[in-house]
Amino acid sequence: MRKVYLDHATTTPLLPEVREAMLPYLGEAFGNPSCIHEWGDAARETMETARTQVAQLIGANTDEVIFTGSGTESNNFAIKGLALAQQNKGKHIVASAIEHFSVLHSAKTLEKWGFELSLVPVDKYGMVDPEDVRKSLRKDTVLVSIMHANSEVGTIEPIQEIAKITKESNAVFHTDAVAAAGTIPVDVKGLGVDALSLAGNQFYGPKGVGALWVRKGVRIIPFLDGGVQERGRRAGTENVPAIAGLGKAAELAEASMTARTEHLTQLRDRLLTELPAAIDHVVVTGHPQHRLPGNASFCVEFIEGEAMLMLLNSQGVAVTSGSACTSRALKASHVLIAIGLPHALAQGSLLFSFGIDNIFQDVDYVLEVLPPIVDRLRQMSPLYAKFTRENKGGK
Amino acid sequence: MPIYSEKVMDHFMNPRNVGEIENPDGMGEVGNPICGDMMTFFIKVKDNRLEDVKFKTFGCGAAIAVSSMVSEMAKGKTLEEAMKITPRSVADELEGLPKQKFHCSNLGAQALNKAIQDYLGRKKKAKGGKQ
Repeated sequence: MRKVYLDHATTTPLLPEVREAMLPYLGEAFGNPSCIHEWGDAARETMETARTQVAQLIGANTDEVIFTGSGTESNNFAIKGLALAQQNKGKHIVASAIEHFSVLHSAKTLEKWGFELSLVPVDKYGMVDPEDVRKSLRKDTVLVSIMHANSEVGTIEPIQEIAKITKESNAVFHTDAVAAAGTIPVDVKGLGVDALSLAGNQFYGPKGVGALWVRKGVRIIPFLDGGVQERGRRAGTENVPAIAGLGKAAELAEASMTARTEHLTQLRDRLLTELPAAIDHVVVTGHPQHRLPGNASFCVEFIEGEAMLMLLNSQGVAVTSGSACTSRALKASHVLIAIGLPHALAQGSLLFSFGIDNIFQDVDYVLEVLPPIVDRLRQMSPLYAKFTRENKGGK
Repeated sequence: MPIYSEKVMDHFMNPRNVGEIENPDGMGEVGNPICGDMMTFFIKVKDNRLEDVKFKTFGCGAAIAVSSMVSEMAKGKTLEEAMKITPRSVADELEGLPKQKFHCSNLGAQALNKAIQDYLGRKKKAKGGKQ
């Protein structure tokens, strides 16, 4: 059976070159970068090369990059560490309603610690209006966190415009660029942000490694206390093989971004156009233009996402869904609810995220196997039965 | 490791008794699309036995498998026997359900029960009308 992996928003495969770059550090080059002998020197050198590679990907200075254990850790570190470091100036923070849970739940934790949180809404495309950010700012606002791009609906946010607004305030501006960095051009200086999160497994690097960039001069409270690794801001022996892989992945992403984007955009646009043509009552979610190159997200009416996902899986196609049933919390995706979709429609969410190994035949295969799956589930659906009864003779 | 048992997968991939019964003797609907699952059961009763059971379900793999299993367990049973079907017995027949799915998706027995109550209510009404 054909196998088609279309779940790159969740994680990407490791590139062979990245794996090669990691292997020595899983073998003979096992040293601890804190040590001042030969083994330590080798590990440290690799780590600093990786730091430069990551810095170059985002247009940052090398010594401003802190390695972490994941995108989630970077976001926790940023939200809690930046807010706590500025709390003498105020205890108000701002985030968008569609942030990743690692940002939203960190912000909720800060609420428990006495901070106030304002959530900025998004429009039906998942886009933040910079003016809404301006309106939410107060004298005591110390941190604004708006994601660069949303992986669920693919929308790319107007970060530069928001940064211009936050610059006029006392607030530090963090952006969660986990879905963006390594996929679309990200330049911290051009964007005008103060802190930025990224993760390796979003751009063909290893899992379990991420980075937080914090502009020089911006204070942050260390996330893990212990030794002086990462200049005392993130203690713990570094994951050298993963960091080496992250660096290599960053280098490759920067070098091939234009070619990757061109390829992914073609695949994405084909599915975005042809799926709604092949299946009635399908809604495209996310912004029509400002969206991640590999993201094609939909809601299919009258049926539920997990059932579609399972039947697609039985045909060799791997996708993901924001339906309540696929989440452990059993709630429909907060992103889909924030863009104003009714719950029933949000349950029919399907997210296709393309990667560099996908080909046009993969899109054709989806267009071949999905319509009968939708048809089959609709024949089972009481909502579809109700719809067809009510619209009988209507057309 | 797959999250669903082979039995659940079998009932999900090949659900039994999907559909509606025209002029059913009883109908029961439970759940709503907000929580993700919604089930409608239709029954035909003859001599106090469930001659036919059909269902329509909006929901995840577990919800569809549960509906299918309930319809299979109920078919041919007397009303009293069918009313003894519980979420627990359905989950057992399916060789287990994931913990987080037990409550939200396991509405089949409740929907069937509602259909039977609907039938009993109609019967009572019809009798009352005759008197």
